[in-house]
Amino acid sequence: MSGFVLKRMGFAVITLIAVLTIVFFIVRILPGDPAMVILGDQASQQSIELLRARLGLDRPLIVQYYDFMSGVAVGDWGTSMVSGRPVIAEILKVLPATLELTFAALILGAVIGIPLGVWAAISRNTIPDYLIRLASLLGLSFPAFVSAVLLLFAFAIYLPMFPVMSSGRGTTLGARLNDLALPAINLGLIMAAYITRVSRSAMLEVLGQDYVRTAKAKGIRFSAIIWRHCLRNTMIPVVTVVGLYLGILIGNSVLTEIVFNRPGLGRLIVGALNQRDYTMLQGMMVIYTLLVVVVNLLTDLTYGLIDPRIKYS
Amino acid sequence: MSAKDPAIQAPKVSYFRLTLAALGSGMIKAFNTNKTSWVGLGLFAFVCLLALLAPLIAPHDPLDQNILDRLEGPSWEYWMGTDAYGRDTLSRILHGARISLLIGLVSITAALLIGTVIGLVAGYVGGKTDIIVMQIMDVLLAFPSLILGLIVVAMLGPSITNLVIAIALTAIPHFARIARAPTIVVKEREFVEAGRALGYSNIRLMGGHILPNILPEVLVMGFLWLATAIRVEASLAFIGLGVSPPTATWGGMIREGFENILDNFWLAFFPSLAILIVVFALNLLGDGLRDAIDPRLRGES
Repeated sequence: MSGFVLKRMGFAVITLIAVLTIVFFIVRILPGDPAMVILGDQASQQSIELLRARLGLDRPLIVQYYDFMSGVAVGDWGTSMVSGRPVIAEILKVLPATLELTFAALILGAVIGIPLGVWAAISRNTIPDYLIRLASLLGLSFPAFVSAVLLLFAFAIYLPMFPVMSSGRGTTLGARLNDLALPAINLGLIMAAYITRVSRSAMLEVLGQDYVRTAKAKGIRFSAIIWRHCLRNTMIPVVTVVGLYLGILIGNSVLTEIVFNRPGLGRLIVGALNQRDYTMLQGMMVIYTLLVVVVNLLTDLTYGLIDPRIKYS
Repeated sequence: MSAKDPAIQAPKVSYFRLTLAALGSGMIKAFNTNKTSWVGLGLFAFVCLLALLAPLIAPHDPLDQNILDRLEGPSWEYWMGTDAYGRDTLSRILHGARISLLIGLVSITAALLIGTVIGLVAGYVGGKTDIIVMQIMDVLLAFPSLILGLIVVAMLGPSITNLVIAIALTAIPHFARIARAPTIVVKEREFVEAGRALGYSNIRLMGGHILPNILPEVLVMGFLWLATAIRVEASLAFIGLGVSPPTATWGGMIREGFENILDNFWLAFFPSLAILIVVFALNLLGDGLRDAIDPRLRGES
């Protein structure tokens, strides 16, 4: 087990380094000089040179790369070119809001998706199955911003049940939940669509197994077979897919945060893009990569919790 | 045994025609297995037709501003209402379809071709090449595609070509993976062995014998990814990284509608519906086909 964890962590670190390298060079070949963008095109050549020197952009690429990578390793991600504050501080300020949203969406997605998927599987090729499949296919056809705009209109403007702008800074639990509700429902429903589909197909596969037939032959109650025998075995593919779709969830959280005007990584990255805040963009890439790598690692480790037969050799 | 012996002489065949024929019959069978695929195809074809005919059937010029009729709801004059500049929403949706479909089709075709070649070669050659190539693909896969698209478009500037590049880039690793898996299975089959015994070149084996066998799976993924591509393009346009205004794009229109949502709800509603219909049609199409060709689901009914 510990050997496996070490190996996986080693692999995660290598992935991290590879992605960061790609990111570093992508950001560097952006056309346009950040110094010129920050100072405006009226700025004198001299002040541009000065700012370039201050930002370290005049040094050889390889030196910048070394500084960047060693900076990432020790938690020094540079300072924002726009606000002048440390990048890591800006990111950590909004990260909890995004994580809160993502977790809420995951939980909502699982709570809705797993039972629906199981129901569809056990009533295969009947009306409920067709309806659930159609609904889940429709759910994953929604671009996140489209569903967000529609939800916002329906439940914040037409029926003013929730705030139009969720500040994400409510002090009481009730206020926080109220803020979180619409964005989380938006992301959660999309997640539920994915989870429903994978739960259904995983459940179908399990239902065809010998041990299920044996259990039936022994006269065990059908609900007991489903909940006790089958469900746990369907969880491996579900967890895999949840891990894989985290990328989609992160992408969608950007759109959701923009529509609901909610603080988070999404608004930070769009702001950084508009202002050509290179250091901030780099920091965003680091944090997104970290999130994905960590989730992949957790996904792998969860397998062992779900299925004790997995020995991590 | 002379080289003229018909038993060992390589048959003269048009691989292109054979591939097409196999694909054609395979696809029709797949379509018939799951009838919802036909519905998806019909819907998608209808949207393509509307997009093709947009200049002929659009009731107004999509860029024509009529400031007296701004932000109107649906009416006989403007079936889907007008935007903040008094432009006809229906005409803009029809013209926007051309952009969405163009970017989607070109980027996914490119990704499909490049990704399939990468996956095919990696799977066929195997060994270290396979490991290294697929490792690179996995690293690219680790990154959320919308974020990657965002960065690439921001760095290249929002134009149709750059959007195509950005979306293709995010889709290539997926196609490489999809092409590689069946290649590894198919390359062990007897007919490939036989071809090798006949002295066929690797390129001929890959292109003429393995490719037709893996193509259906790749094409099905193509439909599903086309849906994703259209969604990503719209998302980027919504963020403000789409084809520059005044060109009509669905994502851009929803953004405008969102900004004016208190004045005219329809402005955001109709383009949303348009995206939803296209993406849903493609998902219906791809999903039905995938069920039909999925070997694990084959044979059971």
